[in-house]
Amino acid sequence: MGTADVEAVWRIESARIVAALTRFTGDFGLAEDAAQEAVAEALVSWPLASPANPGGWLMATARRRAIDAIRRRTALQDRYALLAAEPVVDEEIDPDRIDDDVLALMFVSCHPVLSPEARVALTLRVVGGLSSEEIAHAFLVPVPTVQARITRAKKTIAAAGVPFELPPAGERGERLGGVLSVLYVIFTEGSTATSGDRLLRPDVAYEAIRLARTLAALQPDEPEVHGLLALCELTAARFPARTGPDGSPILLEHQDRRRWDFSAIRRGLAALARASTRGLGPYGLQAAIAAAHASAPSVEATDWDRIVVLYEALGRIAPSPVVELNRAVAVAMASGPAQALAMVDELIASDRLANSYLVPTVRGELLARLGRRPEARAELELAARLCANQRERSVLLRKAAALS
Amino acid sequence: MPQYMLIMRGTDETNAAMMADIDEMMAATRLFIEETARAGVYVAAEGLDDPGQGVVVHFSGEAPVVTDGPYGETKELFGGYFLLDVASKQEAVEWAKRVPAVPGSKIEIRRVPGEDEVPQDSGKFVKEGRLRESNGQI
Repeated sequence: MGTADVEAVWRIESARIVAALTRFTGDFGLAEDAAQEAVAEALVSWPLASPANPGGWLMATARRRAIDAIRRRTALQDRYALLAAEPVVDEEIDPDRIDDDVLALMFVSCHPVLSPEARVALTLRVVGGLSSEEIAHAFLVPVPTVQARITRAKKTIAAAGVPFELPPAGERGERLGGVLSVLYVIFTEGSTATSGDRLLRPDVAYEAIRLARTLAALQPDEPEVHGLLALCELTAARFPARTGPDGSPILLEHQDRRRWDFSAIRRGLAALARASTRGLGPYGLQAAIAAAHASAPSVEATDWDRIVVLYEALGRIAPSPVVELNRAVAVAMASGPAQALAMVDELIASDRLANSYLVPTVRGELLARLGRRPEARAELELAARLCANQRERSVLLRKAAALS
Repeated sequence: MPQYMLIMRGTDETNAAMMADIDEMMAATRLFIEETARAGVYVAAEGLDDPGQGVVVHFSGEAPVVTDGPYGETKELFGGYFLLDVASKQEAVEWAKRVPAVPGSKIEIRRVPGEDEVPQDSGKFVKEGRLRESNGQI
């Protein structure tokens, strides 16, 4: 077996191994270290001799490394004695328990004591099974930065005494929201890279979808989990049409809708149906908006009135200036640019989206539609100056130039 | 992301063995599907009915010819599939090793190319797209 084979087994097994070892040792940081040692050993020994049961091999090796580590900590003699007395439990992992343990692992990785960056790195590492190199590549940061974030996160969890358990009922909703927002951050990094020369990073978005599917399987009765999954699937369905052959972005109105991934749309609509059982939450509403686009044969044939209503609902339960801006765009499509421009100007007056390139982008588009070309051009040039993604920036500059 | 199809290939003998313990096989298959769902890689799965109930459409002559079957002409029979959304071919292989399968049967692993791999901007494609757009078809 080669490196790619070891990585493949690791992708499948890592969350279960770290979860089981954390349960076993009561120490998340130690469990993660031991699991990493096991995979490092696998990378050396599997190419020479493949184990018959690779998953069991990793679990047994990680367990031995965990025991070694505990043995080195003389202060923990009592706990070691307890461990040594236990039989090897590799074949006896209770599937119901391991599900709860993997879920607990997600909650620990997304714990509010951690910085947002640390939550993302830790979730991808321990639940997603990605290496520090892969995480660094996904977020365009140096590898040592990712390693430092993970090390610090493990120390923070230990220092804060974060228990390895499902959050109590009273905190469950809020903590689940925390997990969902980490997955959403990962997804949006893949669907609109905040920096760099590529607009889309489907491999990063894929990790978020995979984690959202895992969460949906573990928490099937939580509508917002399905809402987030639906949002991710429906957004990713448009990826094949979102960039041209040279990597430049193609806006929704110009996308070749035949290139949309209809299997992903079908999965997204199915997830949305499961999210709709008790009224839609913020992710469900955004998914419903994405579904309105996914079901429309063209921009003109899109149900913009419905999209306006969905944005209004979203603005009520999750108010944000970005939602307001999107609502303005929908209003422009449903009722014309004049009314939308007034909404955008109101947003600017409230100074809630200062320095975002999105405001001048939308304002520039609206002014252009109203025939106010010099003003439109100035807005689009301002947007280009504020935009960090090179691909998007060049589109904005092209549009501005077309208005002269 | 590319998906991989795990294609179940049995023989008359393995199919018979499977039918003898069909309840057990169904239960094991359900567990496997649940495991793939929890890992976030499950997309779809189907199992096919007895090949003896099937028909084959042959495109060998001018007009298609329909026969019962397939009988005798195939050593290995397509019996069903799992469609998985995994990060690599190696991961598809690792999942395939975990499929509950009757001894003597095989699993073939094939990649399903993504929509984004279809060549863009071949002149005909673009022209047809514009034509259909102007017709209000899309």
